[in-house]
Amino acid sequence: MKKYWQPFFDGLIKNNPTFVLLLGMCPTLAVTSNAVNGFSMGLSTTAVLLVSNVVISLLRKIIPDGVRIPCYIVIVASLVSMVQLLLQAYVPSVYETLGIYIPLIVVNCIILGRAEAFANRNTVGLSFFDGLGMGLGFTAALTVIGLVREFIGAFSVFGISFAEAMPDWIQPVALFVMAPGAFLTLAFLIAAFNKIRTKKNLPVKREVSCNGHCADCPSASPDCKPQ
Amino acid sequence: MDTFMTLFLVVVTSALVNNVVLSQFLGLCPFLGVSKQIKTASGMGVAVILVITVSSALCSLLYDLLLVPLGLTYLNTIVFILVIAALVQMTEMVIKKFSQPLYESLGVFLPLITTNCAVLGVALTNVQNGNDLGTSVLTGFGTALGFFIAIVLMSGIREKTAHNDVPKAFQGMPQALLTACLMSIAFYGFKVL
Repeated sequence: MKKYWQPFFDGLIKNNPTFVLLLGMCPTLAVTSNAVNGFSMGLSTTAVLLVSNVVISLLRKIIPDGVRIPCYIVIVASLVSMVQLLLQAYVPSVYETLGIYIPLIVVNCIILGRAEAFANRNTVGLSFFDGLGMGLGFTAALTVIGLVREFIGAFSVFGISFAEAMPDWIQPVALFVMAPGAFLTLAFLIAAFNKIRTKKNLPVKREVSCNGHCADCPSASPDCKPQ
Repeated sequence: MDTFMTLFLVVVTSALVNNVVLSQFLGLCPFLGVSKQIKTASGMGVAVILVITVSSALCSLLYDLLLVPLGLTYLNTIVFILVIAALVQMTEMVIKKFSQPLYESLGVFLPLITTNCAVLGVALTNVQNGNDLGTSVLTGFGTALGFFIAIVLMSGIREKTAHNDVPKAFQGMPQALLTACLMSIAFYGFKVL
């Protein structure tokens, strides 16, 4: 059983896709103006990642090597369309707020990256736990970013406002819920992660994986060197 | 004159006011990954302009002429991503065949573009807003122009600040993100205009 929890905890903390591997930046910055949005985006991505990891791992001996990337894209795109329809049917509020960023899960580097770096060469069980760990790691990261931005930018936590409890002379910094605040928050959170990792003598990534070239190299593994 | 003004406004709005990278957060991976030198950044920018303009035209046509009449609009994500992937491959082959120097300067960036979410993002936004073919192409061109402006400015700043003495934890990615933050604040000025 331990060998299954290994990829799970790797994905959740040690190789956290957002703070350590620096993957999937677009949704990370775009939908985290509050914690609830970040959380729902994270869970939608987790669902897609989990199923795509399992399906690709099941088909890994059937898919010809030369056309594997287009095959992955078709599988992921079908799954994303399903998630999109399910959200539209059962949680229309989430569907409305996340908008265009739901179909854009297709091009999230984490999903193609994990397909290429993990599901492609591991058993179904391991791929399942890798998808779960990576997905929840992503969800946790998005929720934390959302929390920070919401806390400073709107004086609320998970949509519950505490603005009345604050004295008059402290105002929320609206910049944090706007676009620049996303860059600012992520920069400081990654720097904090870097600081902790340097102290623990763990490797620190300085650049986006493989110059942002998600699909074509084992980008999502931490040992991938940017060119 | 009025039509011209409207079309011009479409381009300006999508290039500057709603800048694709700095206010909509699309195409961040190449924006942060390929912005260390002005030369490579501008190559990437030109390749993106090419692909987004052509792909928004193709996707808009396919949606109006094929998906809507057949009642298959829910398949748009799959169809668009396949069209983009095929288009990128074909552009690469055509450029390689006809112009070697152009291939050497742009070719390396083309495979990167399939997973650039700005391309798919523009195609989907066009469909959502019900844009016709002309508006779609102009929106696509404007958006890509915005990407070009953003990535070239970013690479210029990064070239200047590459050897600055910043705290170790902030080196690399956090520094790039802080630069993007300041640029994003500057681009907010266009919204107030």
